Amino acid sequence: MKKKVLSAILSVAMVATLLAGCGSAAEEAPAAATEEAAAEEAPAEEAEAPAEDAAPAEEGAAGGGTYAFVSKSAGNPFNERQATGFEEAVKAIGGTAIIQHPESATADAQITVIQSLISQNVDSICVAANDENALQAALEEAAAAGIKVCSVDSTVNVASRLTHVNQAGVTEIGQCLMDAVYDITGGEGQWAILSATSQAANQNAWIESMKEIQAADEKYAKLELVEVAYGDDEPQKSTDQTQALLQNYPDLKVICAPTTVGIAAAAKVLQDQGSSVKLTGLGLPSEMAEYIGDDDAHSCPYMFLWNPIDLGRLGAYTSAALVNGDITGAAGETFTAGDMGDYEIVTAGDGGTEIILGAPFKFDPSNIEEWKEVY
Amino acid sequence: MEKKSLWKKITGSREASLVIVLIVLCIAVTIKSPNFMSAQNILEILKNNAVIMIMALGMLCVLLIGGIDISITSTLAFAGMTIGMMYKYNKIESTFLGFLIATAMGAVCGLLIGVIIAYGKVMPIIATMGFMYIYRGFAYLVAQDQWAGADALGSFKDFTLSNSLSFGLINNTITVTVICYIIFFIVLKWTKFGRSIYAVGSNAEAAEISGINVAAIKTAVYTIMGTLAGLCGALATSVYASAQPNMQTSKEMDVIAACVIGGVSMNGGRGSVLGALLGALVLSVISKALPLVGINAIAQNTIKGVIIVAVIVLNVLTQRMMDKANLENREM
Repeated sequence: MKKKVLSAILSVAMVATLLAGCGSAAEEAPAAATEEAAAEEAPAEEAEAPAEDAAPAEEGAAGGGTYAFVSKSAGNPFNERQATGFEEAVKAIGGTAIIQHPESATADAQITVIQSLISQNVDSICVAANDENALQAALEEAAAAGIKVCSVDSTVNVASRLTHVNQAGVTEIGQCLMDAVYDITGGEGQWAILSATSQAANQNAWIESMKEIQAADEKYAKLELVEVAYGDDEPQKSTDQTQALLQNYPDLKVICAPTTVGIAAAAKVLQDQGSSVKLTGLGLPSEMAEYIGDDDAHSCPYMFLWNPIDLGRLGAYTSAALVNGDITGAAGETFTAGDMGDYEIVTAGDGGTEIILGAPFKFDPSNIEEWKEVY
Repeated sequence: MEKKSLWKKITGSREASLVIVLIVLCIAVTIKSPNFMSAQNILEILKNNAVIMIMALGMLCVLLIGGIDISITSTLAFAGMTIGMMYKYNKIESTFLGFLIATAMGAVCGLLIGVIIAYGKVMPIIATMGFMYIYRGFAYLVAQDQWAGADALGSFKDFTLSNSLSFGLINNTITVTVICYIIFFIVLKWTKFGRSIYAVGSNAEAAEISGINVAAIKTAVYTIMGTLAGLCGALATSVYASAQPNMQTSKEMDVIAACVIGGVSMNGGRGSVLGALLGALVLSVISKALPLVGINAIAQNTIKGVIIVAVIVLNVLTQRMMDKANLENREM
């Protein structure tokens, strides 16, 4: 008897946690869809139950289609701005946007979301991948169901996507960061990289590119990359790693952190210790405002990032162009991305194709005050 | 004769064996990285792990009554994120008020969990698993897809940089940690309430019969855990000058690990403040040392796990030797 009660409680609890888990991941979707439907004055029933029938493809085609966006995780301002841009652009072309934020920044959480999108019969899925390869099975299933798949921000492997919307070319970012390191060190000395996790596809590509650029040009011969440390995008671990870099390499001149959490944690460590080591990399203006400055009291002279809103918008226009058949994802094709102008599909470093948003944007003391209000 | 008694002393106490483990660890790391035991480094270790160390105290109490709480980092994020947003939108300015609000929020969160476990008779792992999602969800709701960065936190982040609490002696983060440890040491060792916690954990029925209100003790313990988690929410926000809704995700495992390494029994009734402290220190030293001694970044988590398991095995062996020695004494 006691065992029966216990097992009943256990199963109820499991169902409850499952629901809780799905609930938070899916909560954006109805909200977004409801907004859309209201704007188009679509029938009320469609607005009320978007999760179950989510504007079937045929019906949606008349109204511009249903475009899904899967971010890396909930609660990250950068992901949120991407989603905002995506939604904006979908609205502009008269479609329905489904925005999904997985609960955690893992491939597993994204697979769950993608599978629910397949059953909702969306026209396209645009995903910022948490893992390059782990999503392949789910995305191939989507492609087999006739859904147009592209990735944005962080890529999936070539077999999983039609094309990738890149915030900036890998080599462009690598070059940008490498030039920053060159500039801040004064052209010689030791530098280190603080990355996120060792599996993060985009981080690894940039790091690889920096290494290649450094090796290829005689200009960088006096720079020595001493270590690539991984802070797993946790403030605590990033702090430990930064302090270890400072301790292990007393002659270190610059840390380059191409990750928003890592750069903020490192900036805090350097600034608190009054260290002479300088920082650059990719960071969120609102998180980094306190640390950006030219004098010794600030740890970061300047850093880079791109406009996440534009990135989301380009993701949406690309999805639409794929759905409409304007492009197939082959290199050399061109399309018009609404008011953003014309874009061309080019061959990516991994053998697939990509669309490049533009060069990274530089945040320095002159513009940080203005940008920290934006995101 | 003397040698034997010293040996007995060492093997006769789990805490002593942990101290030895800690010393061996520190020596091993110092060989590879000579500055490891510098004052600056020790300060950094304590500061970067204060949150784990303080929550280990609450977890100690929870484990002592035979419970478990895996919702603590969610409570931490909820409280930390809330005051983070309050500073961001200039709702509050005072540092003290921020700490007060976060701690009070933690207390309420913990109280709710305690009532459900003690009076609703829900299994602790199930109840706190539910609240793990609920409070984490609250943190995301409060955050509204924003972070509170260094710029938004104003003077609040200076608290963990200054030495004001101890009148210039030592960093505030460490002062707070030390105060918590002193309070818990006294309460658990010398007060009626503290002894009741042990009694409930050793044998709840016997405790009930002897006049202890078991449900009230349980509720109090989860409330204490929540209070500490709330306090740590404010502390973490200040230490890292950043509040994010996914703050400290899955660190509850580190807190539980700290207790278990420190010899706290998962079955209740056994464990000490000193043990929790040593356990937390072992974990802190490991996470600080791994990047320093040049172990491949990808292998670091594995090594951390191996060391934890090794320490616990050692601990269990010590316990077994102690039990055996006690039995022998009884036979004589």
